[in-house]
Amino acid sequence: MDFATIFTNALTQIISPITASYALAALGLAVHFGYAGLLNFGQAGFMAVGAYGFAISTLTFGAPLPLALLMAIAASVLFALLLGIPTLRLRADYLAIVTIAAAEIVRYIVTTNSLTAVTGSANGLATFERGFFALNPIPPGDYSVGQLRFNERNLWITIIAWGLVLVCALAVWGLMRSPWGRVLKGIREDENAVQSLGKNIFVYKMEALVIGGIFGSLAGILFTLPTGAVQPANYGSELTFFLWTALLLGGMATVFGSVLGAMIFWVVLSLTQGILLGLIDAGVITFLTSIQAGQLRYILVGVALMLLMIFRPQGILGNKKELAFS
Amino acid sequence: MVVLGIFVGALFAATLAPSAAAASPNPSFQVHAPMQQQEFSIRGTLRDGSDPVPEVRIVATSSTGFSAEVTTDANGRWVIVVPEKGTYEVLLDVATLPEGKPLAEGEANPRIVEFGTSSNMGVIFKVGENAAVATTSFGAVLAERVVAGLSFGLLLALTAVGLSLVFGTTGLTNFAHGEMVTFGAVAAFGLAAIGLPLWVAIAGAILLGGVLGWVQDWGLWRPLRHRGSALVPMMIVSIGLALAMRYIILFFFGGTTEQLPSAQSPLLKVVGVTISRNTLISLVVSLVVIVVVALLLLKTRFGKATRAVADNPALAAASGIDVDQVIRMVWVVGSMLAALGGILWAYYRPGVTFNMGQQILLMIFAGVTLGGLGTVFGALLGSVLVGLMVEVSTIWLEADLKYVGALAVMILVLLFRPQGLLGRGERVG
Repeated sequence: MDFATIFTNALTQIISPITASYALAALGLAVHFGYAGLLNFGQAGFMAVGAYGFAISTLTFGAPLPLALLMAIAASVLFALLLGIPTLRLRADYLAIVTIAAAEIVRYIVTTNSLTAVTGSANGLATFERGFFALNPIPPGDYSVGQLRFNERNLWITIIAWGLVLVCALAVWGLMRSPWGRVLKGIREDENAVQSLGKNIFVYKMEALVIGGIFGSLAGILFTLPTGAVQPANYGSELTFFLWTALLLGGMATVFGSVLGAMIFWVVLSLTQGILLGLIDAGVITFLTSIQAGQLRYILVGVALMLLMIFRPQGILGNKKELAFS
Repeated sequence: MVVLGIFVGALFAATLAPSAAAASPNPSFQVHAPMQQQEFSIRGTLRDGSDPVPEVRIVATSSTGFSAEVTTDANGRWVIVVPEKGTYEVLLDVATLPEGKPLAEGEANPRIVEFGTSSNMGVIFKVGENAAVATTSFGAVLAERVVAGLSFGLLLALTAVGLSLVFGTTGLTNFAHGEMVTFGAVAAFGLAAIGLPLWVAIAGAILLGGVLGWVQDWGLWRPLRHRGSALVPMMIVSIGLALAMRYIILFFFGGTTEQLPSAQSPLLKVVGVTISRNTLISLVVSLVVIVVVALLLLKTRFGKATRAVADNPALAAASGIDVDQVIRMVWVVGSMLAALGGILWAYYRPGVTFNMGQQILLMIFAGVTLGGLGTVFGALLGSVLVGLMVEVSTIWLEADLKYVGALAVMILVLLFRPQGLLGRGERVG
């Protein structure tokens, strides 16, 4: 078994743009759930809205990069408003069901054959990333940082992705230290108490939903840029659940917990895959096919989510005193 | 044979299962992989109903000057290999169609084919007399859809009873309920595959579903309740359980679609409405089971105790009802009904897959929310309405959008009547 390759692959996962995208989407969930107590089970829907908003603006309307980005953000704000108006006044579990339903509606709409001209239906859309890579200032060539090798494309997307995560994380950190953030945490703990102080809790929750949704849509764009392709099958409810696993792993009411959680999530997936496949190749494990080994990892994800929730609900970085559960 | 099935299933899982493909990590995000060796093709099968139509000329041309033609083979199949992805015009030469088998009305010819990310594009031309049968009167189509909708709605109602009772008695929104549905169908398939007669396999699968419900409550939910876990963490635990169960089923069952015995059934004509035999049986079975469950809830001591616990667990406990016993039974009965619903769903779709429960879970939620979370009779009513909506909407909507209408209506209902149709007007904010 080639441990060097396995560990290099795992190391690549730590800084991969996909991990950054997970971290950003999980950060959005941290704003929703960790700070505002909103059970959003439709983060995959926000990601799809962002990715498709960006891709459709670029391909169908020929929008330049900044405009396409604005369109994607505007679409996610609209989506958040549509979701929030009916449900933010209701109990938490209603929001959960409505958000997961809305995310599925988005997925059905971008999959349907009747809109193939715009959305590409099940095949999705491709080649909308040129505007982004046209801005790449890094000269073509191969670069290596320690064990890791990049070409100019990978390096550019990695820098931008993690730069965006850093900016958003700092923004959340600042927001949650502000009076606005304190009110939000107050709503999470006891909305009646905050309401009795004269705060309009509906507006605060809506603002939190919009901010987390924007993070989700930016994450959705990041998710598609490395391959330059968006496919509806990637935005099912399982994506949302993986994001929740990453968030709860790191700690839901922490800023860097979502980043740490996303990194651990991908590193563990990569390591288990590498080790299991290595053992199968070496003939140590004979009762698994390599595809079953891949599936085994997702069984572990589910079990990990259950165990985390039962035994360490505050996550790795969290403080048990600050828990969003009522 | 079973081993082979699992192996083939596992092979297919990587390519077919959308969730597995979606989740697989992408260590190198290189897209511009060398594509020279790859073959792109446009293909299809020309059939009149189930009879293949051979010897028909089909031509593909592109704006870049490429042009190729084929004739359909004895099975009606045709494949045109094209040099690159792009936009092609596919023309069916109407003159080569056999007599009495014209192109169906409204079929676009030539057809524009645009390659997306996949390397094979399918094109279906509808030909012959069988294609024209679809234009029947609106009333007949509506009646057909209503019957199908009732059948779907009632099987939804079966599965919704468990979800609704569990919510009513414990407050848990159980996301793993969809996997109980899958389990029923997979267990029935497995038992039938080892040679048991169909009715034994179905009864066995329902019993196994009940056992699984008992084990779940015994090993997981009861200890959590006794720890005093809050509802939101329990909901997230149920999501973890759903993921784990789904991939355990994928692990053993594979990503293929399998059929239960006699999944193909003849079409019957009942009072002027065309309906497949299986749909009719499913309709009758679910109706009978639902009436029995309703009578049990209304008339028996145990039913009364269940409703008392759903109403107010503390008060029920104070008046001498063993709340844990009631909840345990609710899990067992709810899981058995979910397993039966799963078997009927496998006949209705038709097919058994590892993620079939996930597909139906949101429809169950829609039904339960529409009727009122926690009210059993509301769940029954809501599920039937959702089933009707899903099927009737296909008259106007594309079939691949049929679930959207039901989900959208659920969101709208929450806007105006958050407690649902039969829910009590208590504060849910």
